[in-house]
Amino acid sequence: MLRSRGENLQEGPRTNYKERLQDIMLRRSSRRRLVDKVVSISAIFSVILAVILLGSILIEVVINGARALSINFLTQPPGAIGSGLGGIGPAIEGTLIVVGLASAIGAPVGVLAGIYLSEFAGNGIFPSSVRFFSDVLVGLPSIVIGIVAYLSLVLTLGSFSVWAGALALSIIMIPIVVRVTEETLKVVPNSMKEAGHSLGIPKRTIILHIVLKSAKSGVITGIILAISRIAGETAPLIMTILGTDLFFTSLTGPVDALPLRIWRLVSQPYQYAHDFGWGAALILILMVLGMSLGLRLLAHRRRFKIGTIAA
Amino acid sequence: MLLIGNCKIIIAVLYDCRGVLLFSQNLANNVNKKLSSFFLQGKRRGDKIFYIVTIGAAAYTLLMLALIVYTVGDGSQKIFSFEGIKFFTGTNWNSVEGRESFGALPYIIGTLISAGIAVAIGVPISLGIAIFLSEMASSKISTPLSFVIELLAAVPSIIYGLWALFVFRFWILNLIEMPLYNAFGQSIPFFGVTPFGLDWFTAGIVLGIMIIPIVSSICREVMRAVPNTQREAAYSLGATRWETVRIAIFPYAKSGILGAAMLGLGRAIGETMLVTLIIGNAIGAAAIPTSLFSPSQTLSSLIANEFNEASSDLHLSALIGLGAVLLIITMVINIAARLLVSRMVKVSAGVKE
Repeated sequence: MLRSRGENLQEGPRTNYKERLQDIMLRRSSRRRLVDKVVSISAIFSVILAVILLGSILIEVVINGARALSINFLTQPPGAIGSGLGGIGPAIEGTLIVVGLASAIGAPVGVLAGIYLSEFAGNGIFPSSVRFFSDVLVGLPSIVIGIVAYLSLVLTLGSFSVWAGALALSIIMIPIVVRVTEETLKVVPNSMKEAGHSLGIPKRTIILHIVLKSAKSGVITGIILAISRIAGETAPLIMTILGTDLFFTSLTGPVDALPLRIWRLVSQPYQYAHDFGWGAALILILMVLGMSLGLRLLAHRRRFKIGTIAA
Repeated sequence: MLLIGNCKIIIAVLYDCRGVLLFSQNLANNVNKKLSSFFLQGKRRGDKIFYIVTIGAAAYTLLMLALIVYTVGDGSQKIFSFEGIKFFTGTNWNSVEGRESFGALPYIIGTLISAGIAVAIGVPISLGIAIFLSEMASSKISTPLSFVIELLAAVPSIIYGLWALFVFRFWILNLIEMPLYNAFGQSIPFFGVTPFGLDWFTAGIVLGIMIIPIVSSICREVMRAVPNTQREAAYSLGATRWETVRIAIFPYAKSGILGAAMLGLGRAIGETMLVTLIIGNAIGAAAIPTSLFSPSQTLSSLIANEFNEASSDLHLSALIGLGAVLLIITMVINIAARLLVSRMVKVSAGVKE
């Protein structure tokens, strides 16, 4: 055992720093210091660059978006193209409906599959392949998933529909929730499960009421991360819910969505449409960032509470 | 006598009672056993149902991937039998009936080249940020900064596209493209097209900016996971900060960083809306980037542009064929990235032992 561990260490990253440093040490120390300075400065420079670029996105969205905001903008359907009237009411409503439906499908399936991976499955072929392929699924382009939803639902049902959009978004959502749930449930200490077993509680009750409950905040984090990811998806919506100027009527008809509306507005050659696009972007960014920001603050407060109890 | 008789009766009665008692106890035991086994069975049955439900959910995940592969394969069959290998090598894209010809080569090139620029720009900057956050900054700076960067990873790509179209495009145009054009436009054909800011160069840069938050937060995690003893060993031998990063951090974090870069590459290749807005949407041979400032097209942006206007089944099948190519490219990259990262996890687990 010991020998194999030693070998393991040597096979891993090299640890003989003395040897590796020796030829560096032979160089002039002024040059070494210069290289160190250059690297440090370029690291700081890249941070500043990223802060400027990413900060510029947020600032532009807030400044340009705030100009468009009004009660009418938030509640009215879009007016005739070029009229400068109307708003993005159907888009807000549509985003809430499609994302809500997708989460209603995706979250339970994802959590249950995560429970299977962490509580029932070992390292057999089936669970390993579920793990591996849900990782692969996370990285697939959303437009391909949109094509699949189009071919399997839109073509068979004969119309663009909320269902097709929700199916596409739920496929994007599930693998994220699966992996986060599995990772979170694995961290729950075994002693808690054993305490449940020793009281003769059925396994499903142990999982649902003890394991899942103590891992609640982690699982919710995963779900909200996934929701904020699908709320901004545009590509799969083009070929599933299509987009419309009307408010929601039925689950089997087309609806509008914020990202889709932004795209349509930006493609119009009118200044007011571009302003509306910025306004819609502000609403979308508020929804997405508001969700993850609120979540993080909540998690932070909880950690703080646990910290004070432990202290 | 009587007493004895009574006693006998009493004893007999008692005995009987005992029998009854025993019987009832037996009965109770039996009932108890039956009941408990019933409950136990119920418990097992419930557990079994729960187990089957969870395994079904896990199978659903695999089923969805199978559905994706099957549907895309099935949908693109038509174009592959129509064009054959020419689908990958042709440069013509014509959906007019009777003159149909679909070649995906320009868009494959456009996809790979814009994603390549994205990685070339995004990954070094992300590495710099990760080095700053994990090795240089005090926790007072690095904690809020990593928080903000992780938050930015949630910004939808359509918003990056909006910003690129109305703001960033003009920065690139005025700061990089116009000076280059004015200086070399006459002499070097590579800079010879009048720039508008709507080209594969701009698209690549914006894609690079888009992947910075996700790549840098993974790189930071990976570098923070390197045990402190490694840093201390390098510092104690007199290494400077950069030398510590190079000889102590990078060997450990190498495959994790590579995995993050691959993830960024996958994101850049699959990105649709941002690219559609700023790449200029050229069609056919014109989409092959001959100049730094020429408009181009990627696989995903062409699908987004033409999907709802597909004129015939063959045209639709050609677009699905583009999706199939995209699926293959991203799958290969993803699988390679996963294998790399899982190898790193194994190595670091071996070291921790």
